Amino acid sequence: MPGRPPVVLIVLGCLGLALFVVPLAGLVARTPWSRLPDLLTGDVVADALRLSLITSLASTVIALVLGVPLAWLLARVDFPGRAVVRAVVTLPLVLPPVVGGAALLFALGRRGLVGEPLNRLTGLLLPFSTWGVIIAATFVAMPFMVITVEGALRNLDRRYEGAAASLGAGRWTVLRRVTLPMIGPSLAAGLALTWARAFGEFGATITFAGNLQGRTQTLPLAVFVALESDRETAVAISLLMVAVSLAVLIALRDRWWRAL
Amino acid sequence: MTERFRLVAAALVVTAVAACGDPAPTGHAVVEGEVLVSAAASLTDAFGEISVAFEVAHPGVDVVVNPGASSALREQILAGAPVDVYASANQANMDRLVAVGQVAGKPQVFARNLLQIAVPPGNPAGVTGLEDFANPDLLIGLCAAGVPCGDFARQALHNAGVTAAIDTNEPDVRALLTKIEAGELDAGITYVTDVYSSGSAVEGIEIPGDVNVAAEYPIAALSHAPNPAAAAAFVAFVVSGEGQSILARYGFASP
Repeated sequence: MPGRPPVVLIVLGCLGLALFVVPLAGLVARTPWSRLPDLLTGDVVADALRLSLITSLASTVIALVLGVPLAWLLARVDFPGRAVVRAVVTLPLVLPPVVGGAALLFALGRRGLVGEPLNRLTGLLLPFSTWGVIIAATFVAMPFMVITVEGALRNLDRRYEGAAASLGAGRWTVLRRVTLPMIGPSLAAGLALTWARAFGEFGATITFAGNLQGRTQTLPLAVFVALESDRETAVAISLLMVAVSLAVLIALRDRWWRAL
Repeated sequence: MTERFRLVAAALVVTAVAACGDPAPTGHAVVEGEVLVSAAASLTDAFGEISVAFEVAHPGVDVVVNPGASSALREQILAGAPVDVYASANQANMDRLVAVGQVAGKPQVFARNLLQIAVPPGNPAGVTGLEDFANPDLLIGLCAAGVPCGDFARQALHNAGVTAAIDTNEPDVRALLTKIEAGELDAGITYVTDVYSSGSAVEGIEIPGDVNVAAEYPIAALSHAPNPAAAAAFVAFVVSGEGQSILARYGFASP
């Protein structure tokens, strides 16, 4: 039977917790509860919520399709420069998102390195479009998918895959029937984290995709604009974001969280 | 509050000692010693040149310009920072100081910052005026509503009877300029001084005077100025012909 946890750990742990809880309490204390329904049903909020859900889900799907293969390559293939590639993949986690947004603008903008030929060949214009929002969100959020899945693949007991292969399963079948099911919980955790980061993305979005209601103005951008002019709406949207994010994270906790 | 006061005071003493080896006496009617000027960030370059000219005209005076957002500078003054002169980029911040008796005398409007259309170098979209802002094929940016440059721009468009096909509402004028400089936007509305300070990175297109809107910059000596004589002299210099001609070189219009 374990004894009482050390007091020092309790005190420090609670201080750490307070850093997360106190700002939320501040938000709740400022919330104009009686006007909340009115504030949250305006068309600015409705447009931003719709756009936020669409773009965060889209970037999660892209992160799944592109990020899992990347994670597999990083975990399983010993290629030269792998450490550098891994650092590049992790970079968006530590870069200020504004820097990421500016880099995206210089690369994929109308006058950008890739954006200019892309625009000339296809007419596609990424900045100031909903696609721009999705790309910015994917840029900052996909690293969560890659590092979560890569970690799971590295910790996987490869004898299961070996056994499947020795029984005649091809590489693709092993991946589909053995590897992916075994890393399922980590994959789900990666999905949840990626979605949550994409849902909350601000800096890269406003720098790369701009800010226009119904096209590029997601909830975080709507909060930022409202802070300048309409603090009550800003607080209401913030609370909505906290509620949605918290609900998703709590709902996923028991099933998948411990995989992290 | 006291801590910030002490920090600023310490910095002042250090500067004064470094400048003349002798902490400046204050409170005399003689124009000498140090004068601390808190000025809106958009005035940084112009006030740097004005300070030099003022120091030439008044040997023995050392001007220290403290640039920042007008609202942040206002808060510093309210918190007791030993500032001699305050120059704001809008009336509202100055009014707040007047309301609590922090201003000596009456603030004077010393400059106006008109709006101008900013386009990328070479004006690739061939923008000629505010009417082009209604063209949905162009990529148009403004500052967001609620930000002063955004509110002024909307007022100018309203005056011109133009319904703009806006592609982005940028959080501040710097963010807007970045996208114009990069050629990602075809046109935006900024202050004249922003076009000046951007050098060749953007081109400016005049907005006619009958629809243009100007930000008004007020200046005042403060009632708790440590160096009231120099504060009054500095304000007088800024509104004088010499001060005005320096401001004009940076794109400011006279009041």
